[in-house]
Amino acid sequence: MYVAGIDMGAKFVKVVILDDGEIKGKGMAPTGFDLDEAANSAFNSALENAGIQKDDLKHITSTGAGKKEVDFRNTEVTEVGAAAKGAISLFPGSRTIIEVGAEEGRALRSDENGRVLDFVINEKCAAGAGAFTEAMARALEIPVTEMGALSLKSAKETPMNAQCAVFAESEVVSLVHSKTSKEDIARAIHDAIASRISSMVRRLSIEKDVTLIGGLAKNIGFVESLKRDLNMDINVPDDPDFVGALGAALVARKKAKEG
Amino acid sequence: MQANYGYRDGSGEYYITIDTDKCDSCGKCVEACPSKILVMVSDPFDPMSDADIPIVIEAERKKIKYTCGPCKPVDKEREEPCIKACEPRAITHSW
Amino acid sequence: MATEDSEYWRWKEYNWKDPEMDWKDAEFITAGVDVGSVSSQAVITLDSKLFAYSNMRTGSNSPDSARNAMNWALEDTGLDLEKIQYVVGTGYGRVNVPFADRAITEIACHGRGANYMYGPTVRTVLDMGGQDCKAIRTDEKGKVTAFLMNDKCAAGTGRGMEVFADLLGIHIEKVGEESFKVEKEPPAVSSTCVVFAKSEATGLLRAGWPKNKVLAAYCSAMAHRVVTLLERLGVEKEFAITGGIAKNSGVVKRIEKELGLTALDVNLDTQIAGALGGALFAEALAKKAQKQG
Ligand code: SF4
Ligand code: SF4
Repeated sequence: MYVAGIDMGAKFVKVVILDDGEIKGKGMAPTGFDLDEAANSAFNSALENAGIQKDDLKHITSTGAGKKEVDFRNTEVTEVGAAAKGAISLFPGSRTIIEVGAEEGRALRSDENGRVLDFVINEKCAAGAGAFTEAMARALEIPVTEMGALSLKSAKETPMNAQCAVFAESEVVSLVHSKTSKEDIARAIHDAIASRISSMVRRLSIEKDVTLIGGLAKNIGFVESLKRDLNMDINVPDDPDFVGALGAALVARKKAKEG
Repeated sequence: MQANYGYRDGSGEYYITIDTDKCDSCGKCVEACPSKILVMVSDPFDPMSDADIPIVIEAERKKIKYTCGPCKPVDKEREEPCIKACEPRAITHSW
Repeated sequence: MATEDSEYWRWKEYNWKDPEMDWKDAEFITAGVDVGSVSSQAVITLDSKLFAYSNMRTGSNSPDSARNAMNWALEDTGLDLEKIQYVVGTGYGRVNVPFADRAITEIACHGRGANYMYGPTVRTVLDMGGQDCKAIRTDEKGKVTAFLMNDKCAAGTGRGMEVFADLLGIHIEKVGEESFKVEKEPPAVSSTCVVFAKSEATGLLRAGWPKNKVLAAYCSAMAHRVVTLLERLGVEKEFAITGGIAKNSGVVKRIEKELGLTALDVNLDTQIAGALGGALFAEALAKKAQKQG
């Protein structure tokens, strides 16, 4: 039985297709300014990847900021709900789940069944989300994908004072002028965002295991900074940005079974 | 004076308000704060007065949402130490 | 960092003095220097009357900026720094004014300065600077009764506006008039965060909105944001707006509309409010010191 989950993120739309709990196909497309087009494009590439037709799907569940924009959805699930289900399926020991996407950061506590116990959301401030590292990479004039590896080369802590992405850009520029190395600046950037994320997480009683998902989890520099700040090990799945879509697909599967 | 320290950003409004007319300058809030973000100083907002008042230190005003986070657990009943310590109830938080 | 090499955001730098006044007649000659993150001002008062001032862009070093602003205000007055009895430093760089006798917070100085500029009936002062936004309520003497500040977030500050002016390629001084060149007021940009508002604006431009319309939508968003901030404090009449953004009618008129209040008008450069308050406090402190012997 085929089902699908579609995660309408601020930056990318992600789709996961399951066949009896097993991942059969994935698709992704930039969200851009036309949500319909983005949803269809990600969805079609997932169908192609799975080698099935839209009619083969029993149930489609949407999640993410634009979850209500998906015309072809059967049901929808909240972002925290999808994150919990997806993370637990990959790391059954997860009790605290942190998700950092392009525009929002979230942390939640979940029981072993993926039921959400508590959560905190840090919304719509670029300083507390993935958009921060993107803006900083632009100021540093290096591709955002290289930021992580670059920061791992630094062993030095450099404090950043600005708590706003816009002001932090100027701070990065003046650090460059004052001849601070790009490695150290990259590390400072990851330390800064990790400290904001970990303070958010600390409002929950952190219970192990801790699992990190969302687009920023692909940045190894950030993961290192966060581990250091929380002083514990963190699980990071292979495709951290697809976990929300996976969670939505798992919800779809349950709904399909219930009929 | 209603002194508001903090900010409003895209994620919400975070202000610590200290009503200096209610404050009796006892300094208990300063002692109670685990993150040491409060200090007693001669009123910086009235150069002609000599009264001591608690203020939120400048470097912390841009991040109180984070610094005060541990005092505001989502999964337990909360009672911020600074608010609790203040007998004349001069301190309030906007979040 | 496109703003680094563009000139869109530069305000004119200048100095001024009252030709009718002579410092030789004055008993108290005092000064206030406001070193802000974006611009610096120096004000000289003679017996609590505005005599001369300067307004310029802050350089990379606060002590130099303070010195330059002071020297420029002194230019052609026949005065020199020695003759100034008391100097107050204020603003973000207030502790870095080498020749100041005392540093006073910008909140206190703004309240006091606005009281002089707008008269004792002013109760609420909104100051929108390059990197911060503050709101102050004062009594009839200019003493602060409530204040609120926001220097964490670029939204609602001059910096946020610069980012937009730059994105749209509109001169910062033209933002006001350009933003009114729309047939109908568009809905405000919905994101508060400057970063997200910028991508929203890019989307609107791509959808075919003319630049002026996008600008209008951002001016309304900024006005709305400032009004929400003011609500925490409560707005009491008379109401005044100071700081760099006071020159931006695109935001000011929209704030007035949302509040249903007209801001007081004044024939002085509102950016000098902080330095002016500093100079007035300097006189009060000089008198106090004299009394104490
Ligand atoms: S909430 Fe906690 S950290 Fe914040 S001021 Fe009060 S006591 Fe200090
Ligand atoms: S402008 Fe800066 S502080 Fe404000 S919401 Fe955006 S990133 Fe956060």
